[in-house]
Amino acid sequence: MTQYTAVTDADLAEMLSAIGVSSVQELFDRQIPADVRLGRALDLPEGMPEQEVYGHLRELARKNVSAEDEITFLGAGMYDHYVPAVIDMLLGRSEFLTPYTPYQPEVSQGNLQAMFEYQTAISELTGLPVSNASVYEGPSAVASAGYLARLANGKPKFVVSRGLHPHSRDTLATYAHGFGAEIVEVPLKDGVTDPDAWAEAIDGETGAVFFQQPNFLGAVEDAAALASAAKDSPAVVVGQYDPIPLGILKPPGECGVDVCVGEGQTLGNRLDFGGPSFGFFAATEAYLRRMPGRIAGETVDADGRRGFVLTLQTREQHIRREKATSNICTAQALNALAGVVYLTWLGKQGLVDLGELLLQRTHYARSALVELEGVTALHEQPVVREFALDLEGVDVAAVIRRCQDAGVNPGYALGRDYEEFPNGLLVALTEQRSKADVDTLVEVLGAAIAAERSAGVEVTA
Amino acid sequence: MNVINDNKLHGDPGIEAHELHHEIPVSAEGATPMQRDRATTIFEKGAAGRRAFVAPKLDVPEVDGLLPDALRRTAPARLPEVSEPELVRHYVKLSRRNFDLDTGFYPLGSCTMKHNPRLHERVASLSGHARLHPLQAPERSQGALELMYNLERALGEVSGLPHVSLQPSAGSHGELAGVLLTRAFHEDRGQVRTKVLTPDTAHGTNPATVTMAGMTVVKVGTNPDGGVDLDDLRAKADDSVACLMLTNPNTLGIFDPNITEIAKIVHDVGATLYYDGANLNAIMGKARPGDMGFDIVHFNLHKSFTQPHGGGGPGSGPIAVSERMKPYLMNPRIVREDDGSFDLDDHGYEKSIGRLRGFQGNYGCFVRSYAYICSLGGEGLTDASETAVLNANYLLAKLTEHGVADKLPLAFGDGCMHEFVLSGAPMKKELGIKTLDLAKRLLDHGYHPPTVYFPLLVDEALLVEPTETETRETLDGFAEAIAKILTEAEQDPLIAQNAPYTTPVRRLDEARAAKTPVIRQPLG
Repeated sequence: MTQYTAVTDADLAEMLSAIGVSSVQELFDRQIPADVRLGRALDLPEGMPEQEVYGHLRELARKNVSAEDEITFLGAGMYDHYVPAVIDMLLGRSEFLTPYTPYQPEVSQGNLQAMFEYQTAISELTGLPVSNASVYEGPSAVASAGYLARLANGKPKFVVSRGLHPHSRDTLATYAHGFGAEIVEVPLKDGVTDPDAWAEAIDGETGAVFFQQPNFLGAVEDAAALASAAKDSPAVVVGQYDPIPLGILKPPGECGVDVCVGEGQTLGNRLDFGGPSFGFFAATEAYLRRMPGRIAGETVDADGRRGFVLTLQTREQHIRREKATSNICTAQALNALAGVVYLTWLGKQGLVDLGELLLQRTHYARSALVELEGVTALHEQPVVREFALDLEGVDVAAVIRRCQDAGVNPGYALGRDYEEFPNGLLVALTEQRSKADVDTLVEVLGAAIAAERSAGVEVTA
Repeated sequence: MNVINDNKLHGDPGIEAHELHHEIPVSAEGATPMQRDRATTIFEKGAAGRRAFVAPKLDVPEVDGLLPDALRRTAPARLPEVSEPELVRHYVKLSRRNFDLDTGFYPLGSCTMKHNPRLHERVASLSGHARLHPLQAPERSQGALELMYNLERALGEVSGLPHVSLQPSAGSHGELAGVLLTRAFHEDRGQVRTKVLTPDTAHGTNPATVTMAGMTVVKVGTNPDGGVDLDDLRAKADDSVACLMLTNPNTLGIFDPNITEIAKIVHDVGATLYYDGANLNAIMGKARPGDMGFDIVHFNLHKSFTQPHGGGGPGSGPIAVSERMKPYLMNPRIVREDDGSFDLDDHGYEKSIGRLRGFQGNYGCFVRSYAYICSLGGEGLTDASETAVLNANYLLAKLTEHGVADKLPLAFGDGCMHEFVLSGAPMKKELGIKTLDLAKRLLDHGYHPPTVYFPLLVDEALLVEPTETETRETLDGFAEAIAKILTEAEQDPLIAQNAPYTTPVRRLDEARAAKTPVIRQPLG
């Protein structure tokens, strides 16, 4: 017996007698052939009481430097937005935390209605009529959009902007190698997808085109122009969007985007070292029956009362098996619930206010940082929450370490993913970073660069 | 009619009061307060100008024209406009329209609905875990990397396959990883193999995954004992076969006694053997996929390792592989340096299939499952599987004792591992109620029904998985409820056919939803 099981000796005796065996081992012996039985104890540490497990996990937590411990400007796909207290409360409720997927709709109305509301919110945000109930996370949502295109038009070529998140490009490549599509990458020019190279790459064999808004360097792309370049091709236009700036940025549905996907972490989900979060997946009406994943729909019950069910399930693996539109089973229900609660908490005006605040503070931060000696903007494009700098002539990783030693995480070293930007630093803002925090960053980064320069001079000398 | 206690969705369902409902139609207004409370979405609530969010003050000089008009949104997204109290009440009320594991028995076969310890929520919420950025430098995320490294070692030991990647986001994602690894394995040997064998009892994700990975499904039959049909397997296994995907114990709750022979047939033609870990909860500490000859296994941390199911996600689907599959694993790789520190290596596996998602996987799930393994240890995990198997066999025996077996016979064999499949075919024929009706009537008794109509090869299937965390009293009560429903149906099948009566809504019209899809709230 453990803390989570309840079979006493008396229970055991009665249960074995009811079954008609003399021991639990007999139940295994009559099923598992002797040659594959383990026959020894698992080589794992002994179990611990709750308070000791807590202590151990707390010790591990203490070995990490979280966004609670430093002023962080690290983004690059996940962002330290404030998660409102109501989300902790609602997600902690047993009724949302512990059920499984709504196979029995009569007792899953809370979950199903939340999905329906989530779909409505995503649809509003993206300006696209159709949203599913969420998928795993951002980059695999991009890859799933690729699979949708493969099934929809069968064309073998994917045109991908280099401004798409490196993890999305990698994930798409992994999936595409399986289902059979070739990837052509279009370079960046002046911080955005090179429009000429983009147009040139798209042809009659192009099954899908992929870009990111804002792109990985933080630049706002001309989404309508990118989509328009594909309009005479069979290509599905896929945009990976950051949902937060959609309060102020033209929605993909108004730009000619067919499928809008993205990382939902910024909508009320914690950083959690990368997951779990959710991926959103919205599309034009034409792709409704090709969508991956769960979709909640409205109906009525036996007495004519409004209710919700999982619908269009003939797309899904448990019914269509090898002909399914995806192998995805469920959704990220709890994380997507956080998403719709967050959007409700922000509200119609709040999302706009948040976007405007980030726009202003981002501009302030970029303007202040490029005043530093040896710091230039990597591009001059409009930015809304993140921007790229060039720290010419210094080791960016070393500069970051110096800043972190001073309690500030200045951002992400672009050189890790972009060999063309070996001195690039990607700086992100959220509403949790005030003007005072930005001013601290300016000071700390300036000092770190100066220190790194003089250290470099000493080494050279 | 008695007053119905609607304080809780389940609790006392007032079944007696409802037995006549098929004769006295429930009014459109509904019989219970919750039914009378018409579903209203958050988009239909509130009023213009209300808000829960107060934006931080603009503390920098405001600059005009930062974003060209052409790139700007012209009309705001029509999100709800509600105050925080309205928001809270709306979602708390919604939550009460769910059945959940903390409230009642949830024997949903193949899903392993075991207790979710609250300790896990507490430790996962510590800021050092919850607010850790995934791109934090390895030297400043040592605790997270150590936790992941330890979890990898533990999963390796439980599965008997030493090389682990935690990256996949769910079981289905782990399957995709496994099939892509198989593909890479064969490609590396200059072979083009396109067929993947799956038993007809397999989860739907298996064949769907195979297609997504650009391969073709070939079905293998089931023998009269519920195992793989060896003759059919031999006939189909040749050098065009890339892999056999198998669940063992399978979805019938039966451990395939021929597993060693199956592995030999598959390996002899140069194919790989994939273990769908959905049913791992039956064998922890008792048998290991690696020792049975499997090359790849995926774990469902939300099943055997008690990550809460969250209403259908998040999950987590790590994979473990044998030595020969190791070079193809997903990057980045967690490595332990000689000085005991940990690092993330973007190029840790040279022939890697690449990434399957962003960052390092669902770390929040790793924290919970790691805490679970720390709490139980090897002995406790073994106890979990032993008790799961004991509980399933006990429940099966109790059902037989109640005389249920002639209406709901065991579909295959005479015992089970951690779950079992009953066939509702005799019940349908003799009593006129389908498995679906039985399931809906169970809702009135305060139980979540077992999985219905899966596996597909069993007529009117009912797949029951009680898990180890349920008490004997709960199992007794459930067996009695099933017996009672059958007795009731003998007298009047309409009662079950029209069930449920006490749930927030009654039986829903799924055909209508699919025919004219309404998948978002229309806004004025």
